[in-house]
Amino acid sequence: MFARLVYESFRRQKRRKLLAGAAITLGVTVATAMIAVATDIGDKINRELRTIGANLLVTPEEDSLDVEIGGINLKPPSDGAFLNEADLPKIEGTFWHNNITGFAPMLPVNVALQRGGQTENLTLLGTYFARQISFGKEAITTGVRSTHPWWKVTSGAWPGDNSRDVLLGERLAARLSAKAGDEVTLSGRQLHVSGILSTGGVEDDQVVAPIALAQEVLGRPGVVRRVYVSALTKPEDALARRDPRSMSGPVYDRWYCSPYPQSIAFQLQEAIPHSHAEQIRQVAQNEGAVLTRIEGLIFLVTLAALLASALAVSAAMATAIFERRVEVGLMKALGAGRFAVASIFFAEATLLAVIGGLVGFGAGAALARQIGRSIFNSQITIPPVLLPVILAIAVMVTFVGSAAAIRKAVELDPVFALRGEL
Amino acid sequence: MSASPSESAREIAASRGKSPHTSMFLRMLVRAAALRRGRALAALFAMVVAAAVATAVLNLYVDVQAKLRREFRNYGANIVLVGRDGASLPARALVQVESTLAGRGVVAPFGLVVARTSAGQPIVVAGTDFDRVRQLDRWWSVSNWPAAPQQALIGVRALSAVSPRNQPFDLTFQGRTIHLTPAGTVETGAAEDSRIYLSLPDFVAWTAVQPSTIEVAATGSPEEIAASVRQLEQAVPAADVRPVRQIMEGEARVLGKTRATLLAAAALIILTAALCVLSTLMGWVFDRRRDFAIMKALGASDRLLKGFFAAEAAALGAAGAVIGFVLGIGIAAWIGRVNFHAPVAPRFSVLPFVLAGSIVVTLLSAILPISLLRRVQPAVILRGE
Repeated sequence: MFARLVYESFRRQKRRKLLAGAAITLGVTVATAMIAVATDIGDKINRELRTIGANLLVTPEEDSLDVEIGGINLKPPSDGAFLNEADLPKIEGTFWHNNITGFAPMLPVNVALQRGGQTENLTLLGTYFARQISFGKEAITTGVRSTHPWWKVTSGAWPGDNSRDVLLGERLAARLSAKAGDEVTLSGRQLHVSGILSTGGVEDDQVVAPIALAQEVLGRPGVVRRVYVSALTKPEDALARRDPRSMSGPVYDRWYCSPYPQSIAFQLQEAIPHSHAEQIRQVAQNEGAVLTRIEGLIFLVTLAALLASALAVSAAMATAIFERRVEVGLMKALGAGRFAVASIFFAEATLLAVIGGLVGFGAGAALARQIGRSIFNSQITIPPVLLPVILAIAVMVTFVGSAAAIRKAVELDPVFALRGEL
Repeated sequence: MSASPSESAREIAASRGKSPHTSMFLRMLVRAAALRRGRALAALFAMVVAAAVATAVLNLYVDVQAKLRREFRNYGANIVLVGRDGASLPARALVQVESTLAGRGVVAPFGLVVARTSAGQPIVVAGTDFDRVRQLDRWWSVSNWPAAPQQALIGVRALSAVSPRNQPFDLTFQGRTIHLTPAGTVETGAAEDSRIYLSLPDFVAWTAVQPSTIEVAATGSPEEIAASVRQLEQAVPAADVRPVRQIMEGEARVLGKTRATLLAAAALIILTAALCVLSTLMGWVFDRRRDFAIMKALGASDRLLKGFFAAEAAALGAAGAVIGFVLGIGIAAWIGRVNFHAPVAPRFSVLPFVLAGSIVVTLLSAILPISLLRRVQPAVILRGE
């Protein structure tokens, strides 16, 4: 009898049920989409922040002091220590390698530019442009094109990593009135200029080349001076700032397994022999602040969205129940108890919430994907684990939303309700 | 002087002729709301919440750019002035830069030379204004800022080369020697770690070299910063003015994406809130179909009925929008305080949009059921069918 009542109610009042169901579906859609966006926004903004540049720097452990002003290195070229280029793929073997979006080694060397009988001392910077690196089964493409996205080749093309082509800095090229396709003579080597590089920084006065060429000029094959690493990190907190050597076992594990700039630097240091890794505070410190602000903002806005959708669902349920006073009056006149009437309404509400919740979850996931694709050019996926949570919230909100209306309906005097008064 | 009696009589008749209709109309509006207080309040509540949420989100959307720009200024300089071909800048360059910016940013001068330690090791020594650097480069991790003359701030990597036991040390530049006491260390993870920083007066007195670099953290939108760059180029012709592209591009990207996300969220929230109002109000109007039928049976025209319900809805919408606006400003201010540690200024430019939107939604939700009911005979409604 109970089941039949509920079934008949759905069969006969299709329009009303559809309206209430639509409200629940829309509410759940908005809630799901906003929760998905809020949980993923940190990662998305973190990736956008990587356009500001690398946040970690790996240098040789026993390095002599850098003597560099305005991009011109005054340290004797043979001075100081180097890192071994062969060790670099090990970066992909660290615990947090999935958080490392790219790295670029740098090797500045002093060269003499011969032009029209004159020589000029310049810095030649050897680096990776977009190099295939493989470590075990992992293979990534890395280099300045991913770690330094503001470097732009204004005319010509990027050189290949295995070529002997070079890029001329913008200001240097203007001074030499050189253009892409020209030849330059650097320390006795005839090199082809594949393009003009614009960075807005000191590289505008330098020559940028594949790392093998810089090593050849220096006469030290397989060495690099420093490595810039771009990693997705978590804003640092009190635990992050502690010294790992003073930590007890479980605390150390928690520190080690959190993607703090400090712990990723620590792991890089472990992976690359004789190295010292440090966060670049200008980038690492500030991105934590920006990230916290944006995450907090979207979290609060998500709360507002949840509130709005909860209200929409309750409003729709209250209206739907209020319209059925006569029915309630009839049921009560026929001898139905308060409990029986209430349970019918609650059963209907649950059914509506589950159906609306399922449809809304699907629609919300689609909406979140659309938002991700159109704003961030990448997917926002919603973990399926969230489905039961969302369903439970939908049922709860529907219950709470209808509770007041059901109580009112149950307390009605059947005589007034049937006469259509009130 | 008195008006002619016939004129004043006509005036009274005219005012009487008009006023009963107006006051009746108003009375019906007020009584309708007062009699069904519960439902009217529920509708008003829905309207207030919808307007408040819409106001808060729109307000944040307008304000978030300014708030995030402030966060990005913590990244330090976005414009750098360098003397052409490595030359020093003229002594009055700093004053010129400051007067050009007129308070729209933080400015710090830097002079750089390569000096030698007493052991003969080359080291980069920089002269700067510590008070300005503290504001410009907030990420510097400094153990203790120098306060007295002849005190030096030492990069963590340079420390072992000059003052491993924190003892006073000498530096030599072009035959001139300066005696310095270490005040503290600086750590940034970048070039600063290998340098020694002095106050600018000490630096200039010792080396006779003027600052060659001025770093500027200019505030404002990308257009305003581009304008600042042009103004600086004119004000200091001896300098090469370069925008720091990595900061500006990153800032633009992150800001753009955040605003787009917020806009999508605002659209979703406003849609849901409007739907909430729509369903509550439609229920309320539908519920009053008996009033509607009685008015119609008593001879009210369709236009009057529509006008009556529309006026009622508009009044509700306007009241809800104004209360909601005040509430929403409060919510936005609270979010500003909690999340950005700065108040979000109320934007009254949002009010017309919220007001118009509320009235449109309420009108829609009143007119829709009326149009449905119009086709039904009053007798059918009054019989309760």
